[in-house]
Amino acid sequence: MTENGNGDGTGFFTSVADTVDRLAAVGYLASTAVATTVYLADRLGKPLLVEGPAGVGKTELAKAVARIGAARLVRLQCYEGIDEARALYEWNHAKQLLRITAGRDEGWDAARTDIFGEEFLLTRPLLTAIRGDEPTVLLIDELDKADVEVEALLLELLSDFQVTVPELGTITASRRPFVLLTSNATRELSEALRRRCLFLHLDYPDAELEHRIVRLQVPGLDETLAASLVRVVGALRAMELRKAPSVAETVDWARTLLALGADTLDDAVVRDTLGVILKHQDDVRKAARKLTLA
Amino acid sequence: MTTAPRPTEPGPEDTAVQDTAAQDTAARLTGLVRALRGHGLRIGPAETVDAAAVLDVLGLDDREQMRAGLAAALLRSDGQRAVFDASFDLFFPLGIGTPEAVRADPPPVPEDPEPPRFGRPDPLRDDLRERLAAALAADDRAAQARLAGEVIEAFGRYGTGATPGSDGWSAHQALGRLSPETLLARILAALRERGPEGGPEDADVADRVLADEIRRRIQGFRGLVATEARRRVAELRGAERIAERALAPTTDRIDFLAAGRDQIAELRRTVHPLARKLATRLAARRRRAARGHIDLRRTLRRSLATGGVPLRPAYRLRRPARPELVLLCDVSGSVAGFADFTMLLVRAMSEQFSKVRVFAFVNRTAEVTDLLRADGADDPGRLAARILAEARVMGYHGNSDYGSALAGFAEDHLDAVGPRTTVLILGDARNNHRDPNLPALHRIAARARRVLWLNPEQPSLWTTGDSAAPAYAAVVDMHSCRNARRLADLITRLLPV
Repeated sequence: MTENGNGDGTGFFTSVADTVDRLAAVGYLASTAVATTVYLADRLGKPLLVEGPAGVGKTELAKAVARIGAARLVRLQCYEGIDEARALYEWNHAKQLLRITAGRDEGWDAARTDIFGEEFLLTRPLLTAIRGDEPTVLLIDELDKADVEVEALLLELLSDFQVTVPELGTITASRRPFVLLTSNATRELSEALRRRCLFLHLDYPDAELEHRIVRLQVPGLDETLAASLVRVVGALRAMELRKAPSVAETVDWARTLLALGADTLDDAVVRDTLGVILKHQDDVRKAARKLTLA
Repeated sequence: MTTAPRPTEPGPEDTAVQDTAAQDTAARLTGLVRALRGHGLRIGPAETVDAAAVLDVLGLDDREQMRAGLAAALLRSDGQRAVFDASFDLFFPLGIGTPEAVRADPPPVPEDPEPPRFGRPDPLRDDLRERLAAALAADDRAAQARLAGEVIEAFGRYGTGATPGSDGWSAHQALGRLSPETLLARILAALRERGPEGGPEDADVADRVLADEIRRRIQGFRGLVATEARRRVAELRGAERIAERALAPTTDRIDFLAAGRDQIAELRRTVHPLARKLATRLAARRRRAARGHIDLRRTLRRSLATGGVPLRPAYRLRRPARPELVLLCDVSGSVAGFADFTMLLVRAMSEQFSKVRVFAFVNRTAEVTDLLRADGADDPGRLAARILAEARVMGYHGNSDYGSALAGFAEDHLDAVGPRTTVLILGDARNNHRDPNLPALHRIAARARRVLWLNPEQPSLWTTGDSAAPAYAAVVDMHSCRNARRLADLITRLLPV
């Protein structure tokens, strides 16, 4: 067991350039900002809070890092009403009851010490992530969906990589996990939580990067068509839409066009496929007017 | 991202130089942090230490990496990004004095410093415009950054420096001379000509957005010039002063009354995210308010896990009746921005209320709920203008008259107000010295569950000039509400759940 006293990070990357290269090698094209922040989170051993619109690759980033480090990915999907029994650990009540009934005639002391042992502990994602010696990536997904109380639960884990179970004592990470939290910003996360993390706002990529992403994800698509597609999406994002298309939608659109066998982005094609990138009728109408579709 | 990496500090030659360099970096970092705090970002010493650790890990070689790293350590939300970027450019500038690239190849300095009159040839300007058009057409950011430096060098200087503080660099002046907007048609023509095939007009849909793309690039270039001008001024006056005075505030601290057109547009973009956040906050308040009654069935079910002992009681979820809201907005020119923003915000939050009705007035009151709802496809930016055009909010003159507007509301629309209704009045209470008509407000207040008045002016101005605010404040709760942050705060605190 290594002590985390030296403050070392997870040690997946050696430099920013290395981060860019290795993320690209597993199919995640990162901008300088993303690569720099991931590298820092890795080196400083701090959790990384990623915020941004849906579909820009927040969850994908965690998966990519896990693939690079050949690490186990532990995922905690947050939802309204999630509590420590689902996130941290739970005592296996049924088993404890069985244990008590099975040993009716033994003394109180024996029973008490026994039923709060490792055997009766059900580990949930957060505790799982800090136990075990293999490299781990902990993904806490859509934290903004969880209640405020859950954040308080995370604080001990995020600052010291330890979890305190009152009956067992404090469990410290034998090996620091790479922690990535994502949020869609539907509510503000507490100051205490933000202070413990590095912050990355993952926005829509610039045209050049998005073009590369489309080429990587949909290799069969014609080069000039991909360029036109990225430009149209860029223009749509500059409009005031209810839901701007994100990278996931761009890639979907590219796949659709490929499947349809379109070779230029003309009126008919765009009109028929606009529903792939825009999810509100208002937006479709607005975009059609903007692009003056016949 | 495409800016070429350039060392911010000269390479240290010996330890003494190294020490001063380290001290200098620390001073710049703390300066940056102080400037950000001045703009309302809450940054503790722990974050400053983190930021220093970031610089330690990254080194000072790549400016864009430094920018991203410091942002990761210091920022806590995306809204703070613009202020951070501008401050970063001031405290970690690209270089000192005339940009290196320009120094190596200085443009011909005009011997005659006075701006040329109309019709006189201006070769320097023509040359810069020529190269800028090429850089914009090719979307070459590095060339644009270089040109921004040249433009400021050539046209941005004002004053002679005869007295300290009288000279400086102005982006406004430089851009006025260069007028990059007028390049649009030229760039479009050049790009179209060069297009792959001269076939039918715009067969490819992507070409129809070309004009927008070029406009965005020009806007980006204007930003570069402004940054460059700030950098040069900061050398004369000190980065701290410029960071304090010359940077636009974060969006949620833009003063409603002082906001320009761009700022209003920026505010409008924050409406939906803000509405979502407020909805979650209100929902949380509702949940807390609903605690109290034990749900016996669910408590028993839950107790099975603990061997029949009800350790964790379950509470009954009460479905509360959602409150009704009536909005009464002054849409006259002086406060239109504020009314506009609040109306959009309330519309975005409409599912939080069982009923929302919106009334607008200048000196007559008219219901505009439908106008607001039918908005769908139209430009939300012209809301106030449309209300002025389509609703009868003005009588025989165009000046605000709160007295007659309140009287009109109390006369014709009082049925909109019931015991479950919260009435929100928006306006600066500047009544042009007319009768404030307090009895009408009393009548509304008597019927409503609560009446709140949000005034975009600061309280110290309430007693000045033609403001009737003190009189109205005696009848209803009046709150000063100058920016979006304050508005969000008031909505979560004051609206009933």
